[in-house]
Amino acid sequence: MSQTQFAAALLDPEAELPAGVVDSLGRPAPKRFAVYRNNVASSLTRALEAAFPTVRKLVGDEFFGAMAVLFLRAHPPRSQMLMQYGDAFPDWLAAFPPVAHLGYLPDVARLDQAMRESYHAADSTPLPEVEFHRLLGEDIGSLRLILAPSLRLVQSRWPLAAIWAVNHSDDKPPMVGAQDVVVLRPLFDPRPHPVPAGGGALLSGLLQGKRLGESIDLAGESLDLSAVLGLLIAGKAIVGVSK
Amino acid sequence: MLDQTLKGLPAKPGVGYKPQHFAAIMADPGPVGWLEVHAENYMGAGGRPLAQLRHLAERFPISVHGVGLSIGGEGPLDIDHLARLKSLCSWLNPASFSEHLAWSTHDGAYLNDLLPLPYTPATLARVCNHIDQVQEVLGRRMLLENPSTYIAFAETALEETDFLTEIARRTGCGLLLDVNNVYVSGINQNYAPEAYLDAFPLHLVGEIHLGGHAEDCDDHGNRLLIDSHGAEVVDPVWALYARVIRQGGPKPTLIEWDNDVPDWLVLAAEAACAAMILEPAA
Repeated sequence: MSQTQFAAALLDPEAELPAGVVDSLGRPAPKRFAVYRNNVASSLTRALEAAFPTVRKLVGDEFFGAMAVLFLRAHPPRSQMLMQYGDAFPDWLAAFPPVAHLGYLPDVARLDQAMRESYHAADSTPLPEVEFHRLLGEDIGSLRLILAPSLRLVQSRWPLAAIWAVNHSDDKPPMVGAQDVVVLRPLFDPRPHPVPAGGGALLSGLLQGKRLGESIDLAGESLDLSAVLGLLIAGKAIVGVSK
Repeated sequence: MLDQTLKGLPAKPGVGYKPQHFAAIMADPGPVGWLEVHAENYMGAGGRPLAQLRHLAERFPISVHGVGLSIGGEGPLDIDHLARLKSLCSWLNPASFSEHLAWSTHDGAYLNDLLPLPYTPATLARVCNHIDQVQEVLGRRMLLENPSTYIAFAETALEETDFLTEIARRTGCGLLLDVNNVYVSGINQNYAPEAYLDAFPLHLVGEIHLGGHAEDCDDHGNRLLIDSHGAEVVDPVWALYARVIRQGGPKPTLIEWDNDVPDWLVLAAEAACAAMILEPAA
């Protein structure tokens, strides 16, 4: 038995039965082999369902299941850590013709992925409030803020925070417009928040390690700095500063 | 963190840990004396999974059960994955580490199932080399679990019990006896589970698994049992388990229920059934 042939036949429903696979009486055993094929497809589909709950809610269970099988055959996991499986799913969705009319779907998948990454990210301790007060006396523009490892930013030209909220509650359907989302995890539960005006560019700058002043410049006139900093502090997402 | 390595698992019932049972277990574990976790679910950097595991390990002996090492694989072991296992075992110091006689990774693709291998002198040597490497990297003795299988291989030349016994002899590893797997494979491969157990080296068994299975039929209308870990342990499996405990003495015994996970009380009731068989033997 060659594991190359066995593995290929698991991922390809049209493939022939691997040579030498038999039942206990030495007869070919396609239905028995199908148990393994089903196990692979169903266990990886379950992993994708767990990873992309909002995408699943938007397209429905049945459609998601059919889509997941096509994805997993083309992109089986490259790691045993299934908590990371599906990194390629948002881009794959963007190139999958049957969902082309749902332009926001890849960004929804990116947000689901950001929520999961945040959930498993390293723990961190927020900068004490007294430190902030001390920093206010300094040239804060020259500081670099160290953000929590669980913070994730998803920038979108769709009303992403509203789309997420309406699929996880009874909120009204979203308004049209761009909306960046920041995922914050004060303790163990990641939550997505709409980013206040100009905050997407600011956070993107901070995540690249730029100084606060530089990041503020990137954000431009519309920036509501105190709203963004207030959100980060409330979400325990500023864990240090450096000069 | 206490080092649980030296004490090992107690000869009591344990359960496969599910996060939804955290509060119930901490409030009242009932007959459950230890917990088993799947290694791959605790390889993240932080967050609730690791925080819960740290709390649990302060109260219960923990068994780390790997599902992704692909010990039966044709290719070399994934050294990155082995390093992750070493890191987990280093901070947790679990009471036991176990893995499967199976493969799951090929050419970099992880297939997320426990796939079977033929039993030949060549596959025996390969599995032994892999187990030597695991035990060397982890710095501990591991337990190897007998698989549930649905197919046979024309090239198989050795009995599974002889294959496992010889692996343990060459590598010094212990064995994890999954009694449900013995029953499932016995029906699927047309042998008597009792004969398999008579040939199994019970003195090498460090842990027992019990779980539920589903039933189908094959191309010829024969019974085909599927190891689903999604139901109660059936009576014939309890009977085989009682026979193992009578012959081999009390062993740490895990109730495995990974799919359609029930309420805590249903799981605790299964553990209580195991306790009724274990306690008179103690």
